[in-house]
Amino acid sequence: MTSLTPRDKDTIKAFMAKASVYAEEIGKDALCRMIAVYPQTKTYFSHWKDVSPTSGHVKKHGITIMNAVADAVSKLDDLKGGLLSLSELHAFTLRVDPANFKILSHNILVVMAILFPEEFTPEVHVSMDKFLAAVALSLAEKYR
Amino acid sequence: MVVWTESELSIINSIFSSLDYEDIGPKALCRCLIVYPWTQRYFGGFGNLYNAAAIKSNPNIAAHGIKILHGLDRAVKNMDSIKETYAELSTLHSEKLHVDPDNFTLLGNCLTIEIAAKLGDGFTAETQGTFQKFMAVVVNALGKQYH
Repeated sequence: MTSLTPRDKDTIKAFMAKASVYAEEIGKDALCRMIAVYPQTKTYFSHWKDVSPTSGHVKKHGITIMNAVADAVSKLDDLKGGLLSLSELHAFTLRVDPANFKILSHNILVVMAILFPEEFTPEVHVSMDKFLAAVALSLAEKYR
Repeated sequence: MVVWTESELSIINSIFSSLDYEDIGPKALCRCLIVYPWTQRYFGGFGNLYNAAAIKSNPNIAAHGIKILHGLDRAVKNMDSIKETYAELSTLHSEKLHVDPDNFTLLGNCLTIEIAAKLGDGFTAETQGTFQKFMAVVVNALGKQYH
């Protein structure tokens, strides 16, 4: 798995400085889109009465997730270490199939393209894609 | 057999009629070559792909991006027979171009991003779902003749 180059890290920090102001909005929209476009992901939320894309539960959870992603920027130099407890949560309690991290990442990128049509250049896109992939990899660290 | 609702047909037609193929095509292909650099393997004869700036100013890449969008247009005009419409293209990509079909999805992702950036809030979850369904059908059809 490729690691983040110094240029990637600069790009990620610069873009996320702009984007994290909208973390809640990004999180809400990305999770809603994921549930709408990939209905199989609803299976992880069967404990909520309302799993429609517009449900309050979904919005709130999107915010939780995106805040954690924004926070991961501060742990760029050691994502594995920084995300250890989150990894344990996902491995032992939530047991989300890691394939779904890719799906959510895609939807986060789509929302970023919508919110930042000019700034989300291919160069920013590749660094952000690598960042989300690195976060996903760290989250899957404790799975087995 | 793919079934399209009236709403889905309308969404796909609306998306494509709002696109300038000469703009979106090159952008989507450039994005693909930059975000997924291994896809450059199929463009060895296209000239300078050394860095993002070179890719973006490469006229062969731009022309090819436009070609791809016109290729997608054929699917839009034949929604009920995409598999048949693409049979020859599928054989071309398999036998002559030797493109790994996984790459079709990567280009599809980049096109999704470019369309999202263009349509903004108009790219609702429903629109995204329909567009991704369309792209999945296209990708499947392009992979059909591989053996």
